[in-house]
Amino acid sequence: MSATELPPALAEIRDDFLAITKQERLQLLLEFSRDLPALPERLADHPELLERVEECQSPVFIITEVDEAGHVHLHATAPQEAPTTRGFASILAQGLDGLTVDDFFAVPDDFPFELGLTEAVSPLRLRGMVGMIGRAKRQVRAAIADS
Amino acid sequence: MSVARDDSPAFAGYAHPERLVSTEWLAEHLGDEGLVVVESDEDVLLYETGHIPGAVKVDWHTELNDPVTRDYVDGAGFAKLVGGKGISRDSTVVIYGDKTNWWAAYALWVFTLFGHEDVRLLDGGRAKWEAEGREYTTEPTTREAVDYPVVERDDSAVRAFKEDVLAHFGNPLIDVRSPEEYSGERTTAPAYPEESALRAGHIPTAQSVPWGKAVAENGTFKPVGELDAIYRDGAGLQAGDDVIAYCRIGERSSHTWFVLTHLLGFEGVRNYDGSWTEWGSAVRVPIVTGAEPGEAPVK
Repeated sequence: MSATELPPALAEIRDDFLAITKQERLQLLLEFSRDLPALPERLADHPELLERVEECQSPVFIITEVDEAGHVHLHATAPQEAPTTRGFASILAQGLDGLTVDDFFAVPDDFPFELGLTEAVSPLRLRGMVGMIGRAKRQVRAAIADS
Repeated sequence: MSVARDDSPAFAGYAHPERLVSTEWLAEHLGDEGLVVVESDEDVLLYETGHIPGAVKVDWHTELNDPVTRDYVDGAGFAKLVGGKGISRDSTVVIYGDKTNWWAAYALWVFTLFGHEDVRLLDGGRAKWEAEGREYTTEPTTREAVDYPVVERDDSAVRAFKEDVLAHFGNPLIDVRSPEEYSGERTTAPAYPEESALRAGHIPTAQSVPWGKAVAENGTFKPVGELDAIYRDGAGLQAGDDVIAYCRIGERSSHTWFVLTHLLGFEGVRNYDGSWTEWGSAVRVPIVTGAEPGEAPVK
């Protein structure tokens, strides 16, 4: 697949996945699932601020915020027994963090299919991650409209 | 059967108690010659986070399905898959998984399509093993590959296709989805919107018996008396009935297929794996909306 222009952090994640074997990619996704950043306290205490991503089979909740400097931050939480979903959320939380709004919107919705996980994880499951990106973009659109 | 069965009194009332093992039994028999433990989950990474020692993983989506055609692997594909995991034709296979064994039951049903004789479910699945604090390992299981014979898949006995369902009217159908999917309020399971259909509702005359009714709070199957009350008294199934069960893609109905076939002893139960994702998108098949089963179409 021809490489899309991705923001540096996300491009690095993609390149890391593509540099290893299919089986190793599952392991890397597992590492991402372990590294899903914890919610900041102000959100952890207010789960109602997070939105459920219906496209995902497991309960995953995300909130995407735009800070005063115009940078995007995605926070997510998903249960330990849903490591695949946690891994997807973690890639997004780490790969999109701090982007400007414009760079954030430039990330293609279907970029998960560039990670080389299609065979190892299945297209159906990857669609859950596509759904997360769609949800995040909607949240950012709403955040901008409110500001 | 190559490994002794679990004689737990809890299973005694079931028609085929040899199809279940308890967590206690499995803990005692881990490592027995002839036993292969298989984990089959919805989440493709869950096994990697920790699994029962010695268990191999079989993934429903990437391994049991054909990657191109909407169908299961063929005889050669199945032989390669399970032989590669060290499963012989005479192995005792015990399957467990997440989501109260949805996917484990699905895998068991696929093993049945290939006539694998001794395949059992771990009652209570992964959640019960975990709740009891039993051993997990992240150590990858390496089993030597063995030759598994190429056995042609037999779709006639336990699998139904759309045409079979159309010819089945007048005989019992069981819809195991959520009440909202059955009535047509929604086309997908609450958390599965990507597996959608174009129309909502249920197949005419199907009784609504959500799959989870067969499961007790601790994740194990309910005792036979309670299952009788649900399926015989409630849904009206009678001895000798030919039954077709369906859900959305055939995994939850595999669970009900297991209950009807192995726990209650119905012999003519088939799983319609095309299920609602096929029926709800097919042209000119009859559909009923609302909470009532509805009438069979005039033939």
